[in-house]
Amino acid sequence: MTVWGALGERGYLRSAWPWRAAAYLLSGALFGALVLVAVLGGLVVGGALAVLVIGLPLLGLTALAGIPVAAVERHRLRLAGLGPVPARHRTPGAPGLPAWLATRLREPATWRELAYAVLLGTLLWPLDALAVACAAGGPLALLAVPALFAADGEAKAVKLWTVHSWPAACAVAALGVVLLAAGAYALGGYAGARAELARVLLGAGDDGDRVTELVRSRVRLVDAFEAERRRIERDLHDGAQQRLVALSMTLGLARLDAPPGPLADQLARAHDEAGRALAELRELIHGIHPQVLTDYGLRAAVADAADRSPVPVDLALDLPGRLPRPVESAAYFVVCEALANIAKHSGARRARVRGGHTDGRLVLEIGDDGHGGADPAGGSGLTGLADRVSVLDGRLSLSSPPGGPTLLRVEIPCRPTDPCG
Amino acid sequence: MPADRPLRIVLAEDSVLLREGLTGLLTRFGHQVAAAVGDAEALVTAVAEHDPDVVVTDVRMPPGLHDEGLRAAVELRAERPGLPVLVLSQYVQRAYAAELLDSGDGTGVGYLLKDRVGQVEEFVTALAEVAAGGTVVDPEVVRQLLRRRRDPLARLTPREREVLALVAEGRSNGAIARALVVSEAAVGKHIGSILTKLDLPPADDTHRRVLAVLAFLRA
Repeated sequence: MTVWGALGERGYLRSAWPWRAAAYLLSGALFGALVLVAVLGGLVVGGALAVLVIGLPLLGLTALAGIPVAAVERHRLRLAGLGPVPARHRTPGAPGLPAWLATRLREPATWRELAYAVLLGTLLWPLDALAVACAAGGPLALLAVPALFAADGEAKAVKLWTVHSWPAACAVAALGVVLLAAGAYALGGYAGARAELARVLLGAGDDGDRVTELVRSRVRLVDAFEAERRRIERDLHDGAQQRLVALSMTLGLARLDAPPGPLADQLARAHDEAGRALAELRELIHGIHPQVLTDYGLRAAVADAADRSPVPVDLALDLPGRLPRPVESAAYFVVCEALANIAKHSGARRARVRGGHTDGRLVLEIGDDGHGGADPAGGSGLTGLADRVSVLDGRLSLSSPPGGPTLLRVEIPCRPTDPCG
Repeated sequence: MPADRPLRIVLAEDSVLLREGLTGLLTRFGHQVAAAVGDAEALVTAVAEHDPDVVVTDVRMPPGLHDEGLRAAVELRAERPGLPVLVLSQYVQRAYAAELLDSGDGTGVGYLLKDRVGQVEEFVTALAEVAAGGTVVDPEVVRQLLRRRRDPLARLTPREREVLALVAEGRSNGAIARALVVSEAAVGKHIGSILTKLDLPPADDTHRRVLAVLAFLRA
């Protein structure tokens, strides 16, 4: 609930909100005045000492004055019902003061906060004070008229006209009550606007930067994951696979020389084991990163996945050559996961993979004639793949009513990298 | 043990361990390794220099560690039609084999998984087959293809699929007849029926067999 929201509620006047609005503005006025003194002091002392060099760091510190001011202001926003508003500063890349200073001085949030501090010290706090004076001070002065009249025999209402009789004094007091109520609303309205201004300047403005930074780091994470898979694939290929082939070759040659008997039998068994290990390693390497995807692209890799599927797959994929590597990779793993799920859970007799590149998007549809009811959250690998697709600004959607059919659709915006392919 | 026909071979393989192992193996069977090189560029140079009877190359080689060996093989066959090439690969995926068989007229080529060099005698037999102008596709790749249940292979009877698989492995009609315990005439009939079902144009026997294998790889 914010002060603006409370304005529309019944019982606003009886609630704590008028008091909170007044407290917000009064504390703002006091704090603003303090900021003015501190900043001016810093500038004057720093300027005076600048000739002695020692003043320069002081001037620099003044530039950072926005940071504590903003911290207090963000805290105060809670009085107006806005908040908590988190600071939008970045975390310094390294511990220590130099890194902290470097980060703070380079990010826009620091300068925006300094601008806010200047605005607060020069314009906002007098406005806050004025608002409280008009909306609360004036009506309270009118309310005080009967008391003053009782004490002195006459009273001046807001220094404008003189009250000589009790009825007049009571009328003025009644006007004071009405104006006080109106003032409470005005105070709430102004405090809300004032808090909104502070929130926009000190918080939300950096959301764009923050989101951009998050998106970038997510892309980097996926890239790193992808690069790591390729590295593992390469290491296995260059290392274990070559050695196993050499071992198998040596065993094969040894079998040629071995006289028939127990030794030859043992060699034959060892040779067969080496062959099986090679076959398993080949499948493992293919699962980690299919080289056919790198060498021949999405169509060949999907055709291969379809070949391997225990459920027969109808394939209709029309692509204009090669697509960007992360797109091919994400799309390929979506198809693999979908075909694996179809084989495991759907009870389908046929599956189909259809797709193409239209209007700047890669669109793939993987469907089956199974019993449906697939749950994307039910531990299938699809959630992770949906994340991967969304990193590429793509979308993954699943339609699987009970009774079927199941249709998985993936769309990724991309441009062909090599149209002749 | 000497080979029926000693071959002059250019070998390309980036792993030193395997390069030396293969050289030893081939020498032992009476062949002569004219040059053993470690990357695709050196392979092209060595072939120009030594004019071998057959080339044996790895698919994945420096500098890019992608399919440089296969590219070089395809390039060599374009430059020197009829140069027999046996490619050793780690990949069961048919795209590689299909591209290799597409080069030239599809005769005198082989695509074998590296595992196969462990089956020493089979490997050497396949090499001789390729050098003699045959077409050899690794049994594992063929097995992978047979798992598929898509058109146009769906039109073939189970027996015809068996025959086609053996043709792809590079077996002669006689060898296929022995393997399936049928007469050679029956094998010939099956092959004729396969070619008709795959809509392949009439041609001489060797060429038709290659076309059938290609259709098999591409389907």
